[in-house]
Amino acid sequence: MNVTRGFTGRPRAHRPGLPPGQYDAGDDWPVLSAEVTPDLAPAEWTFRVDGLVAAPRTWDWDEAHALPESAYEGDIHCVTSWSKFGVRFGGVSLDAFLAAVRPDASATHAVAYSHTGYTTNLPLSDLTGGRAWIAWEYDGKPLAAEHGGPARLLVPHLYFWKSAKWIAGLRLLDHDEPGFWEQNGYHARGNPWEEQRYAGD
Amino acid sequence: MTETFTPPTRFAVPGRIAVSNRAAALWQTATLTEIRRETPHAATFRFAVPAWEGHLPGQHLMLRLTADDGYTAQRHYSIASAPDDDGHIELTLDHVDGGEVSGWFHTGAQPGDEVQVRGPLSGFFAWPGDRPALLIGAGSGVVPLMSMVRHHRARGLGVPLRLLVSARGPEELIYAREYGAETTPVFTRSAPEGVPVGRLAARHLAPLLAEEPAGGWEAYVCGSNAFAEHASRLLVRAGQPVDRIRIERFG
Ligand SMILES: Cc1cc2nc3c(=O)[nH]c(=O)nc-3n(C[C@H](O)[C@H](O)[C@H](O)COP(=O)(O)OP(=O)(O)OC[C@H]3O[C@@H](n4cnc5c(N)ncnc54)[C@H](O)[C@@H]3O)c2cc1C
Repeated sequence: MNVTRGFTGRPRAHRPGLPPGQYDAGDDWPVLSAEVTPDLAPAEWTFRVDGLVAAPRTWDWDEAHALPESAYEGDIHCVTSWSKFGVRFGGVSLDAFLAAVRPDASATHAVAYSHTGYTTNLPLSDLTGGRAWIAWEYDGKPLAAEHGGPARLLVPHLYFWKSAKWIAGLRLLDHDEPGFWEQNGYHARGNPWEEQRYAGD
Repeated sequence: MTETFTPPTRFAVPGRIAVSNRAAALWQTATLTEIRRETPHAATFRFAVPAWEGHLPGQHLMLRLTADDGYTAQRHYSIASAPDDDGHIELTLDHVDGGEVSGWFHTGAQPGDEVQVRGPLSGFFAWPGDRPALLIGAGSGVVPLMSMVRHHRARGLGVPLRLLVSARGPEELIYAREYGAETTPVFTRSAPEGVPVGRLAARHLAPLLAEEPAGGWEAYVCGSNAFAEHASRLLVRAGQPVDRIRIERFG
């Protein structure tokens, strides 16, 4: 262990929900996107699922809102070390979209992409089973543009760069293909509980 | 292997360089060798990192402090020094009120102290020195941009480079003594005699965008999220293409 002389740190918070190396950001919600925040109206927003699926499909705002509502209440974890407890997102479970397009048995991964062109890769198994959402509400209000509004992907059990802002679509693949941060040295999966921050972790 | 997926939208900001996964994975010891005050709230910390692999201007690293019970705190910091500083790197930290890591640096750190670093990280905000660079920063957001300015100078690069740096006042302007003709400071609260006070505005960008070099500017924006939103909107309104704007937000 490399102890830093004179460093004591904050009082130890024994938070069972805090992954290793993370701290509680409290009410803060830092914004870390690398591109210009797009000016995207709900009427212009679309979400497409294609690739290795039986029936590729694009939803517009109203069509997506016609799917059964689903909420996430829990924590989120950013690779830059902050975590945020007890957040509430509203939207639709990704399972509802995937059920409509019927993924092929050969589909193992997905690339999520944004209306800005941002991309991130995920194993399909992280996007199914009630663990991923298309979210357009935060705390009962429309999701702010700087946080990915009108709608973002939400995969709260992985580091938050996987939860692509301004989500435009998912392409299902039979292999893993690194996205934007993953090509810049970030981990392919990004599980905060295993501290998978960078490639090689 | 199928063809690589390309999103339908032209990607706003493709990465500039490939990042070494080995360097990103490895924690190294950095030994503090010197502390230099920059402003009442910011200081530069110089470290010896003998096995430092090198970096490009604009990259950052992850820094970790460890308490004697094993508790750790880690944060990202941009690299302030130019790449050619053999085995040494410099960071410039703002003293954040109540900040766990910056607080230790500003109140406890002494030459000889050891911390852990891993990096360099992220090739996206890197500037290899190849394209005309329009740099816009505020507060400690000037840190990665200064690495670019220093690199430009150290190598005597001919490619155009301009820096717009926003600070509350002259005494809060980090690296004030080092700026040359490439830099225009913008003062938001107080300014020297004859210099206007006010936030970064279209009138600051207009002359720079008007003298646009061949191939156009690559814009690098760095600072708080509020500043990054403001500056990037001004750039878009002034006609800078969104896919030629790179943003590093300090959160
Ligand atoms: C890519 C990147 C590059 C960066 N580069 C630089 C740089 O070059 N220079 C620089 O100065 N900064 C930089 N930053 C910001 C830096 O990473 C830190 O966020 C900053 O130094 C603050 O860290 P801290 O530990 O001092 O403060 P923190 O402990 O994180 O506190 C931040 C604020 O939150 C409050 N707070 C948070 N948690 C608690 C708690 N549990 N109890 C009480 N209060 C709390 C603190 O009082 C304080 O006001 C960069 C950030 C990023 C993402």
